[in-house]
Amino acid sequence: MNSVLQPIPWKLHLAVLAVAIAFPFVFPSNFMVNFGVLALFYAFIGQSWNIAGGFAGQLSFGHVAFFGVGAYASTIVQMRLGLSPWLGLPASALAGAAVGGIIAALSFRAGLKGSYFALITLAFAEVLRIVANSIGITGGGLGMLIPMKAGAGNFQFADRSGFYFLILALAVLSIALAEWLQRSRFGAHLAAIRENEDAARALGINVFVEKVKVMVLSGAIGGVGGCFFAQYFLYIDPLIVFGVDKSVEMLLVSMIGGAGTVYGPLVGALLLALVSDVTRVLTQIQGLSLVLYGSLLVVIIAFLPNGLIDLFRRRAKPAGEKD
Amino acid sequence: MTTTSPLSRRLILQAGAATAVLGAPGLLLAQPKPIKIGLVHPVSGGLAYSGGQSRMGAQMAIDEINAAGGIKSMGGAKLEALLGDSQSRPEVGVSEVERMQQEGVSAYLGCFASGIALPATQAAAKYNTPFLIDVGASDLIVTRGLKNVFRFKPGFGACVDDAIVALGEINKAAGGVAKTAVLVHEESEFGTGTAKLLAGKLPGINIQPLETIKHANPTRDFSNVALRIKGLKPDLVIMSNYQNEYVLLARTLHQQKVDVAAMFSVLGGGFNFKLVQEQPDVALNMMDFNHWYNPRNPKAVDMRKRVEAKGGLFTFEVYLSYTSIMLYADALQRAGSADKEKAIAALESSTFSDHILPYGPTKFVNGQNQGGKGALLQASRTDINVVWPDQFAAAKPVFPRPKFS
Amino acid sequence: MDATIFASAAINGLLLGGIYTLVASGLTLIYGVLHIINFAHGSMLMLAMFGVYYLLTKLGIDPYLSMLIMVPGMFLLGYVIYKGLIGRLSSGKDENILLVTLGLSILIENLALMFFKGDSRTISVSYSDRMIELGPTLVPLPKLIAFVVSLALCAALGLYIQRTDIGRAIRAVAKERVGARLVGIDVEHIFAISYGIGLATLGAAACLLMPMFYVSPTIGHVFVLVAFTVVVLGGMGSFLGAIVGGLIVGLTESFGGLLLGESLGQIGISLIFILILLLRPSGLFGAKQ
Repeated sequence: MNSVLQPIPWKLHLAVLAVAIAFPFVFPSNFMVNFGVLALFYAFIGQSWNIAGGFAGQLSFGHVAFFGVGAYASTIVQMRLGLSPWLGLPASALAGAAVGGIIAALSFRAGLKGSYFALITLAFAEVLRIVANSIGITGGGLGMLIPMKAGAGNFQFADRSGFYFLILALAVLSIALAEWLQRSRFGAHLAAIRENEDAARALGINVFVEKVKVMVLSGAIGGVGGCFFAQYFLYIDPLIVFGVDKSVEMLLVSMIGGAGTVYGPLVGALLLALVSDVTRVLTQIQGLSLVLYGSLLVVIIAFLPNGLIDLFRRRAKPAGEKD
Repeated sequence: MTTTSPLSRRLILQAGAATAVLGAPGLLLAQPKPIKIGLVHPVSGGLAYSGGQSRMGAQMAIDEINAAGGIKSMGGAKLEALLGDSQSRPEVGVSEVERMQQEGVSAYLGCFASGIALPATQAAAKYNTPFLIDVGASDLIVTRGLKNVFRFKPGFGACVDDAIVALGEINKAAGGVAKTAVLVHEESEFGTGTAKLLAGKLPGINIQPLETIKHANPTRDFSNVALRIKGLKPDLVIMSNYQNEYVLLARTLHQQKVDVAAMFSVLGGGFNFKLVQEQPDVALNMMDFNHWYNPRNPKAVDMRKRVEAKGGLFTFEVYLSYTSIMLYADALQRAGSADKEKAIAALESSTFSDHILPYGPTKFVNGQNQGGKGALLQASRTDINVVWPDQFAAAKPVFPRPKFS
Repeated sequence: MDATIFASAAINGLLLGGIYTLVASGLTLIYGVLHIINFAHGSMLMLAMFGVYYLLTKLGIDPYLSMLIMVPGMFLLGYVIYKGLIGRLSSGKDENILLVTLGLSILIENLALMFFKGDSRTISVSYSDRMIELGPTLVPLPKLIAFVVSLALCAALGLYIQRTDIGRAIRAVAKERVGARLVGIDVEHIFAISYGIGLATLGAAACLLMPMFYVSPTIGHVFVLVAFTVVVLGGMGSFLGAIVGGLIVGLTESFGGLLLGESLGQIGISLIFILILLLRPSGLFGAKQ
């Protein structure tokens, strides 16, 4: 997929962080803060996909499975068990991680790769959706409504900026994780697996274990994303949190931005959120905004096969030169 | 050459000045600012048709009000529609609400789907902007204590109650021929909620629900469902689903010649003029308890003609959106201002009755209009008629329907 | 379980499976030869169905007759789309083609929304509601015709690929792209032909579906997942697999619905999918990986 990338200079990380922190102060309107929240949210769940799909080369079409179990886990903890909503965060991470582990263990034990792996994850997500639609604890088709009770203690912030800084923190964590993957041995193993699984195995890497580990990690992140979503929108149902649309979004932001790169999901999320908003505002004709969106996807892929990161990489200095 | 006397010169100057002032657009008769209404509808994605219809109804109302001179008590202020697209997704619905807030809307109209309405109304609640719910069956919408939400049409709770009354009456008038029913519903909030309520209330009118069949969205084939129904031999089949499945199911039951006293739907998604046009044999004698316009109201009849003349369909989304805008305009008129608090107060005390729906007088309790009422409809060979309640009925119900044999 | 119910469900399932087979056959060919998952498959089916709809309502052409127009028409569309768009991007990575087909599907679906509007439409022809007695159950004639024609077409396609020169070229390219190029086969042309045939099957499927279904811009979604299941179950690239897979999926859906209810029963399809992939990833008749 990608050749060895250069490490991102710390100054760049700090600059991006500074911009992100300043954003809600420079643009304090609810509209802009909401935009920021959604962009960071998609960057976060995109990173979940990116870790497995971009770094480890395990493309999946069913990442919404982790998102959905996270959303339900956190909502159930709050609504059915009556516990503090903040416990939803670890609950969703655990749930996502568990589902990630199970799907990975089953699929990789059976030797599934490439398109087959992608499709089986799709099927797992579907199974979860149907189950969520049919059992009592999730409310079945009726979904679950979280009563609006603003207050940090309830994991509901009266001001949107509360949610903004939370998702920013989560996004920072996900980016740090991606950075760590770039530099760590685990990440190197994943890169080797991505490039050539058999060669990696020959090098002594326990391919199965590493792949399961990455899916567990990816699942945990996806799960937390689901928890955030539930708290931000306060209503979930099987179609919203297990629908294939989210899987596509998670995949899209990463691939458009640059799969296997630290900032790919963020870049992709920003662009897609921007395009979505702009096309929606500019065109009032039914469907035209999505026509533009779809066309843009095709165009981007045509000219930037590695994703938008290509735009940045072209200006990057060759390896070896001092910054 | 004549010299103009000082008096006449002054007159001329004054006349000139007056003309200049009067001629300057908007100076003397300053145009009041338009009142912006944000329309948050799913005009793309899976619900695109309903979204488009809702938008059309709202725009018809806005155009009509503006053509008649705007809101009189606000100096003829015109209404302005801000078009939004929720893309059939809740996140986008919320984004649209925020975007429109930026653009200074005084009210929202939306959202067709309950799943989108719930977060969207919450977003609007932060600004205390009145949010008119045109369609959206879930009763969760009006039971969260949000002061800014107003739903003019009855929720599925009230619809089920009235449907039960209607069914009970026509059954009684036919000698109680219907004693059993099978319920078929789609798997999400709307179908599940409606069927649950129905199952609970049917015994109250001496009809036993034999079985409740839940089906997926989408369902590609109803043969097995028809099989099951045939095996159970109910007197009634009661359906609550969205358009595509509704039509498929009705066609399948028709083809399988399932004999029932009635194919009865509560808030049936596919029961409309198109069904009658495209599948007249299937539609014939089907009954639906749904939102409908008042067939005895000449304005409504005229509106239908206008919509159909443009090749459109006069579906419930159209007149519910239309009426919601009218409701808001009435509130504005009474409040004399688009100020949010005043508008909300005016809505809360609304008794709006000059509308095209078969409703009693408006009365809001916790944002739900108590005066709303659905009607029982039945399809004839060429049209759809209200058959209950009597005061709006245009035809007598055919119940039980003739057998296939 | 009642024997008649069992038999009826079995018949219903098989008939349903026939259509799935046809929709899946194009997908399996495209995957087998081009190694791309054609995300745009559903939206292409939708276009084809609109084609059939308008051919009937504007020109009065019977849906079955319009197959003579739709099949070559969709073939041409597929060939052009491949040559003009997908082919140009195949020098990139496989994942990118995936994104291109995804973008394409969004594009097509919303173009359809813009031009055809969002409402669902059905057609009614003289034989729409004619019922045939098949054992214990009544079956609509269009459904029976769809079943028979679908299987026949799929089988014919399989034979075509086996016996003809073009078929041989297609198989060569599917097996060994580089080698095929080396022996002088115009690989890009074969790719375009394969994509064209893939869409042509959708043209036929559309003609068979319209008399008993409905069309709307989002109808692609209704069949896509099932089609993928059939392809995976049968084995990517195998027509026999598409036939057997289609029938199995149809039966699973039917019995799943009977036993678990029409909502939960849908799980049967996904479960079969998962089981096959875990136990036999190449599918029933697919080439071993």
